[in-house]
Amino acid sequence: MTWTWLIGAILFLILAPIVGGLIAGIDRIITARMQGRVGPPLLQPFYDVGKLFEKERAVVTTAQNFYVLAYLIFIAVSGALFFAGGDLLLIIFAFTLAHVFLVLGAYAVHSPYSHIGAERELIQLMAYEPMIILAAVGLYMVTNSFLVADIATATVPAILYLPGVFLGFATILTIKLRKSPFDISTSHHAHQEIVKGITTEFSGSTLAQVEIAHWYENVFLLGFVFLFFAWNPVIGIVAVVVTYLAEIFIDNVTARVRWQAALKSGWLAAVLGIANLAILSYMMLGGV
Amino acid sequence: MAFLKRSPWILHYDASSCNGCDIEVLACLTPLYDVERFGIINTGNPKHADILLITGGINSQNREVVKNIYEQMPEPKVVIAVGVCAASGGIFRECYNIAGGVDKVIPVDVYVPGCAARPEMIIDGVVKALEILEEKREKMTGATQIKESARQAAGEST
Repeated sequence: MTWTWLIGAILFLILAPIVGGLIAGIDRIITARMQGRVGPPLLQPFYDVGKLFEKERAVVTTAQNFYVLAYLIFIAVSGALFFAGGDLLLIIFAFTLAHVFLVLGAYAVHSPYSHIGAERELIQLMAYEPMIILAAVGLYMVTNSFLVADIATATVPAILYLPGVFLGFATILTIKLRKSPFDISTSHHAHQEIVKGITTEFSGSTLAQVEIAHWYENVFLLGFVFLFFAWNPVIGIVAVVVTYLAEIFIDNVTARVRWQAALKSGWLAAVLGIANLAILSYMMLGGV
Repeated sequence: MAFLKRSPWILHYDASSCNGCDIEVLACLTPLYDVERFGIINTGNPKHADILLITGGINSQNREVVKNIYEQMPEPKVVIAVGVCAASGGIFRECYNIAGGVDKVIPVDVYVPGCAARPEMIIDGVVKALEILEEKREKMTGATQIKESARQAAGEST
């Protein structure tokens, strides 16, 4: 426990952008194949980000650069805390704070498109926040610890106690990965509605930072999925892969919903989680 | 490094075209042509775009819009005029409200002929534009280097 936590954090900070970019590349190829296309090269996400750093720095207000940098840093910090085995609640709060900075960055400019994207990002925050906290509470109830290090090394098969919580978490994972049907604030696809949502006014290197932050975020979220299966690492990795493939599939077979439906779905997922936790606490109190 | 050539993002604007060329532009995104193979993405946002793909001869109402979109795109950027209307005004040339070609309003780098332009020709035009884009990028980095060194020289002299 002396230096191992630092190694986890440093490995995350260095490897997560590489892994996240590769996942994004695989995602784009699989998506293309599902649509009957060939798709871009595997390294396309890295070309895109490299290109964005080559572009002119066109900035509307300098405040937006500060907010986006804060978004990137706090996403990286929350992910690093996670892979260092830190406190899950602290990680979730840092994670939320990161998104608040992204919303502030979008509000810093006067573009109505950017504002609509920011509002929708706030709605998404409202939709997924209850569920992500319930997931942490559920893992605590099973393993008696909020520390990721303890949860990851627990021998209890958390998924068997928390199927409802996991399903709820998978639902909000769709929101977090910015995938259909919940990609309401911005999207990876060649959609054009409301220009580009929250990223409308970010261009060049600022947009590249948003993209890198998203890679960090995806790796962190897949790590969170792993916690449900942590008692057996092999099953855990298979579960992470299957979950992500299911997300790509859902992305391709569903159309985008209205924000009301996204909010309801997020909270319905939370109800599912609460029901799961209620049954679990009843059983733990010796009801059965 | 030349990432720009591998990841050109396109903004498509219809400046009073008959919609024929627009359908051909969108056909490039379909599984048959699949321009995403080359990293090409159709964005709806001028601030994310590298290439402005413009159809139609520009009328008096969207002249300002075209200028505005062009100015919002960060450097380096190229403009492709798709179809004969975008090149010269085409069949609408004599109309009272038609400017008569995109190059009357903003500088154009590549002209793709045809009525309507075929998807193969549009892709060919984009490939041509990538070379120009790369030239512009090199010029741009060269210019910033010169500016930097001039600033340093000025800083040392004072």
